[in-house]
Amino acid sequence: MSDRIFDVQNVTLRFGGVVSLNDVSLHQNRGEILAVIGPNGAGKTSLFNSLTGVYQPQEGTITFLGRDAKPISIIGKKAHQVSSAGVARTFQASRMFSALTAFENVKIGAESHRGIGVLGAMLKGPGTRKDEKSSDAKTFKLLEFVGMTEKANVVSASLSYGDRRRLEIARGLATDPQVLLLDEPAAGTNPSEKIQLTELIRKVRDEMGVSILLIEHDMKLVMSLAERLYVLNFGGVIAEGTPEEIRANPAVIEAYLGSSSVTTEEQA
Amino acid sequence: MRTLFHNVSVRRLISALAVMAVVAVMTGPAGSTETPTAGFTGSFAEKSSFFGMFETVRWVPFLFLGLVFFSVWSLWLSRGQQVKDGVAKVFAAPRAAAERRPVRWGIAVLLIVVALILPHIITDPFWQAAMVEQIAVYVLLAVGLNVVVGFAGLLDLGFVAFYAIGAYTTAWVTGALPLPPLFGIHMDPFFAIPIAIVIAMLAGIILGAPTLRLRGDYLAIVTLGFGEIITIFANNLYGITGGSQGTALIPHFSLHVGPIKYLWGLTPVPYYYLTLVFVVLFLAAFSLLEHSRVGRAWTAIREDEVAAESVGINPLKYKVMAFAIGASTAGFAGVVTASQSNNIFPSSFTLSFSINILVLVIFGGMGSIFGVVLGAIIIQTGSMYLLHTPPAGYQPSDLYVYLGALLVMMMIFRPAGLVPSRRRRREIRLSEAGEGHADEVLTGDQP
Ligand SMILES: Nc1ncnc2c1ncn2[C@@H]1O[C@H](COP(=O)(O)OP(=O)(O)OP(=O)(O)O)[C@@H](O)[C@H]1O
Ligand SMILES: [Mg+2]
Repeated sequence: MSDRIFDVQNVTLRFGGVVSLNDVSLHQNRGEILAVIGPNGAGKTSLFNSLTGVYQPQEGTITFLGRDAKPISIIGKKAHQVSSAGVARTFQASRMFSALTAFENVKIGAESHRGIGVLGAMLKGPGTRKDEKSSDAKTFKLLEFVGMTEKANVVSASLSYGDRRRLEIARGLATDPQVLLLDEPAAGTNPSEKIQLTELIRKVRDEMGVSILLIEHDMKLVMSLAERLYVLNFGGVIAEGTPEEIRANPAVIEAYLGSSSVTTEEQA
Repeated sequence: MRTLFHNVSVRRLISALAVMAVVAVMTGPAGSTETPTAGFTGSFAEKSSFFGMFETVRWVPFLFLGLVFFSVWSLWLSRGQQVKDGVAKVFAAPRAAAERRPVRWGIAVLLIVVALILPHIITDPFWQAAMVEQIAVYVLLAVGLNVVVGFAGLLDLGFVAFYAIGAYTTAWVTGALPLPPLFGIHMDPFFAIPIAIVIAMLAGIILGAPTLRLRGDYLAIVTLGFGEIITIFANNLYGITGGSQGTALIPHFSLHVGPIKYLWGLTPVPYYYLTLVFVVLFLAAFSLLEHSRVGRAWTAIREDEVAAESVGINPLKYKVMAFAIGASTAGFAGVVTASQSNNIFPSSFTLSFSINILVLVIFGGMGSIFGVVLGAIIIQTGSMYLLHTPPAGYQPSDLYVYLGALLVMMMIFRPAGLVPSRRRRREIRLSEAGEGHADEVLTGDQP
């Protein structure tokens, strides 16, 4: 119980008449690679946005176990506060600071939690210089970690899909997170990039000790990576279990087969 | 006939002539109540000289301008890319050199030296005064607005408000308002500097904190309104500001340190040097700021606010900060103006003033400090030249027609400004290629 990095209880999120999340309860253990799967429009991204303070659910509680094992309630917090608390994320359609270089993208992540200090920034005192140096060092280390050292000075808009995904991960890691939320990291990447990405995600958990919460449509990737899964459909959790259990779960098979053929059309 | 109109060149020719016809009317004579159409007919039929060469009627030079405009336009469309590439090639080496640090420092020092000896080269009193009132102060204002518009990407249409606040604070502190000064002491304008900066900054924070949550267009409207409110206050609060009559005499700067006594104000030159010192200080501070953590955070917010927030940047905090820094710069410029011109009137703080400053920033290149300074110097010198030696038929109010036309041309041919900042140039190229971010991206591929 006490080692749940995320504890989501009875969360409901509505947009007018649309119920994006319907009484969702789930949890993630610290150090776990957890996946959330489900058909299109199931509410996966809405769940991520609720976990990161971008959306504010109308009902339920979300508790995050912060850096010193202090429980923090996410609901009511702003996105930047959630980030400071130790939650990093990537976006489904990757969102880079496109006109900036790969290096600058990561550096912005690395230095964002420092206090502002306009005067310090303007005058470039010794403290500021030291901060700059340590941010630079951290940025280089992370670019190396995701294997992008030689692309440090490339403008991020001209990077390939796979590189952008890795860069986004590096930028997230630069904020020293406890948990990293990845929204369809393999979307738009080619098979060899997929393999690299799988290895990278595992490395993030094993070497950095960051828990991973993953949304992914690529079943092969999910099943090989995730230790446990939740299945969402129409905003509700319909199944939970290990990859083997999920693969054998009739409700899941029904949801996947149904949604792509009959059910959605009837619902629509 | 119809096929003729479908011809692109013909349509382009007609548009070019139509634009010039509009310019002719806008710069033409005014109508009157007896002959309401005189302004229109006179714009074409009135006598005029053909660029000083021979006598003719007004429509002839404008027809000529239309044809020139058409040729340039057509030529640009067919050869523009070649010209651009050629220019890029010619400037490649100097540009690469300018990226290097020692070269940059060298250029900066050279420019400062030029600025220092300038008043000894230009001795015409009109220009000496213009260098302070219309150029140095405007450079300061443009550089301040650049922090708001260029760095943080916030459209502020009420920048004049902070300038007015700075000027009226000076009047207040020095005892030139009906409102009694602080502790009843009439202070030197030097003391007004910190007070005006702090008050303008507070005004920026008070206005910014609630409104900077708004998205672009709404913010523009709110700031526009704020600018108007301040002007109306200045006009109507007789008991505090002196109303439309303006303030009483605001003293010049004076320095009393031990045996040294110095009074500014006999000629514009001492003011020029005083302003120059502050311009250099502000420029140095802002260029350090641009390349600091704060500058990068502003860029991040400007490019993608959602992503910036997801890495822990508090957008509101940084936006308010940009607003406050811009406001305090304008407040300082207000002190200089108030003390230098001795009197201030609400009528000098208008919307067109805010627009004027915005034009300087856009023309020079949003986000590029060097560009903005250069743009401000060029435009302000141009408009002062028009004022000093007006061409036949030029009225001061025509200035905005020309500025507007200039801005349209910039948007077409050089949207990132005269000397674009590197980041801005990339941003514009990306958004032209459809790579810009929209808010819908938040939910992935949702409509
Ligand atoms: N900001 C919003 N405003 C209105 N409706 C929204 C909003 N965000 C999400 N929704 C709705 O919530 C539902 C779930 O969307 P969500 O993006 O969470 O699905 P998803 O599981 O991530 O789908 P996909 O696999 O396509 O990414 C959809 O019906 C969507 O239209
Ligand atoms: Mg999604």
